[in-house]
Amino acid sequence: MKRIKKALAPIVLSGIAAATSAQAGEVEVLHWWTSGGEAASVAVLKGLLEKEGHTWKDFAVAGGGGESAMTVLKSRAVSGNPPAAAQIKGLDIQEWANLGLLANLDSVAKTGNWDKLLPEVVSNVMKYENHYVAVPVNVHRVNWLWANPDVFRKAGVGIPTTWEEFPAAADAIQKAGFIPLAHGGQAWQDATLFEAIALGMGGSEFYNKAFVKHDADTLKSEKMVKIFETFKSMRKYIDKDAAGRDWNIATSMVINGKAAMQVMGDWAKGEFTAAGKKPGVDYMCLPAPGTSGQFTFNIDSFAMFKLNSDANVKAQDAMARLIMEPTFQETFNLNKGSIPVRSGMARDKFDSCAEASMDAFNAAASTGDLVPSMAHGMSTTSYIQGAIYDVVTNFFNDDSQSAKEAVNKLAQAVKAAM
Amino acid sequence: MRAISMGAHDRPEATAKAKGGLAWLERWLPKMVLAPTFVMMLVFIYGYIIWTAVLSMTNSRFLPSYDFVGLLQYEKLFENDRWLVACTNLGVFGGLFILVCLALGVFLAILLDQKIRQEGAIRTIYLYPMALSFIVTGTAWKWMLNPGLGLEKVVRDMGFESFTFDWIVDPDMAIYTLVIAAVWQSSGFVMAMFLAGLRGIDSSIIQAAQIDGASMPKIYRRIILPSLRPVFFSAFIILSHIAIKSFDLVAAMTGGGPGYSTDLPATFMYAHSFTRSQIGLGSASAMLMLGGVLAILIPYLYSELRGSRNG
Repeated sequence: MKRIKKALAPIVLSGIAAATSAQAGEVEVLHWWTSGGEAASVAVLKGLLEKEGHTWKDFAVAGGGGESAMTVLKSRAVSGNPPAAAQIKGLDIQEWANLGLLANLDSVAKTGNWDKLLPEVVSNVMKYENHYVAVPVNVHRVNWLWANPDVFRKAGVGIPTTWEEFPAAADAIQKAGFIPLAHGGQAWQDATLFEAIALGMGGSEFYNKAFVKHDADTLKSEKMVKIFETFKSMRKYIDKDAAGRDWNIATSMVINGKAAMQVMGDWAKGEFTAAGKKPGVDYMCLPAPGTSGQFTFNIDSFAMFKLNSDANVKAQDAMARLIMEPTFQETFNLNKGSIPVRSGMARDKFDSCAEASMDAFNAAASTGDLVPSMAHGMSTTSYIQGAIYDVVTNFFNDDSQSAKEAVNKLAQAVKAAM
Repeated sequence: MRAISMGAHDRPEATAKAKGGLAWLERWLPKMVLAPTFVMMLVFIYGYIIWTAVLSMTNSRFLPSYDFVGLLQYEKLFENDRWLVACTNLGVFGGLFILVCLALGVFLAILLDQKIRQEGAIRTIYLYPMALSFIVTGTAWKWMLNPGLGLEKVVRDMGFESFTFDWIVDPDMAIYTLVIAAVWQSSGFVMAMFLAGLRGIDSSIIQAAQIDGASMPKIYRRIILPSLRPVFFSAFIILSHIAIKSFDLVAAMTGGGPGYSTDLPATFMYAHSFTRSQIGLGSASAMLMLGGVLAILIPYLYSELRGSRNG
């Protein structure tokens, strides 16, 4: 009997789907989640949407950072034929909305009570002129320090909790024959490390002033000079082959005990998990030195484009609603290593790193220590971000440049890009 | 064309009208056949050059916009540290790449021209790198030059502990590693061009010189190399094109790094137009690249055209 029921279920479901097909539409979704775990996560959303009778048209453009996807999207948007939803994040959402291309999601947001579920810092990113135009999918914490406890044991030191403590620990690790800091010499990784140091040494208020408001005095301040100096001092704890190395290769150096630490967002957890390592045993996840109460966020989101067909708009609304619902939030984030953006979710399936991340997220949201990541395009437009990238990565790699010069250059570059 | 007109003559019953039609066809067919490609060239090459020029004078950022700002983008470009690095790099990379390629190409061609056995096989071996994409070349050289993985490690493992060759991770030297890879890729092609040129020289001239008692080096210096002048020109033009549009090699080999020390104008243009949403600035840099190409091409075309008129 049970078996018959099971066999019948899809038929019944499709019957319902047929009954509602008057409203069934199609969503075309542009994304760049093409790797194994990511693709599986997107399939969850596709399944949920199809259960409601809508059709999912996949528009995946490979290429991790989404650069090629954005180029494709621009050409589609210019020709007046944008997809229903596209993976756009951070301040780029504002840019797209400013062009008048994004749909209004207020009714879905109101029914779903998004204002209550999302911290204000997050919902602000999703809104343009106080209207929702995008749906957040997940939250990545960027200010993580991934450590191999075995290496620390062999070196006989503890894991540093501030940047002042860092050199002593790193020297001991180096003496024991390990690489203290695993790093990849790519502009965005340099910026990720720099951002963690700036937050740890400067605090949230300083960080916001510098990287969100781009206050020239803060950018040129004495504190910024100190931050640049500390940042440069990391060079001697990084092996010299780091130039051009991918982040996941740096992570694998921590995994196999060649290096002691890496400063990287929580997508690094996927590498540890894939290698069969256990959090708290084989590896430690700690907030980057000096940032224990703070949370640098990087949020993936889908922006919804204006569509002509009513049926497709319904499908689009359904997609927006489903993304924020617990089923998708849980499955997707378990796969991706990030945490749900929606508060009040059941936690039993998440590991200790994710739990720590959730606690920090909630705590930081109430204290104002929840800050947008500069290195990952949350705090600023892509052109200012690019200007900061250039200064930071050039300073890190150029031995002849003093911190003072770099700071002046930073202020100048940000001003020129504004 | 000829077939059609022949057919018309073969049939005396063809009316004058048909003859007129054929004449019309004969006159217009070449133009009709060429028209689509001509229009496409006009639109997709020259049209877009004009569009880029227009965009370079606007403040386009995210998408093209038409708020004209004059030459502001060019001013910004010349204040941009990274652009200056990119231009200097192009000078270093392009200059060395062209010089070394030409020298090595001529040298290899002369060696290969000594009527040796297995010439075909050796020529293929030298020419083969050209069949690879710069992406492949770049990736392979990236691994070979990586100090912890490639050459340096191999030599150190052989017992020379103090051997150091870490140019690719040194911001001051990384640009030269690009030259190494590019020369490896292209010198075989230059060799092939010169070899063809050498084979085209009338051997009786050389024999005459030999009879006159000229030594081989002197023959090369006085007779053979000067008569290869057009080959030199062609090779120079092709190599400078490769240098200016070099993008894939940098992308694969150093990613512009360490820092942005190996950035070239092409990578600069791509980064700013497509990932940093500064289409205006990117267009301005593209126009300057075009200017660079024209600066080489116009004197060349001028000399070529003048030469043919004289000849």
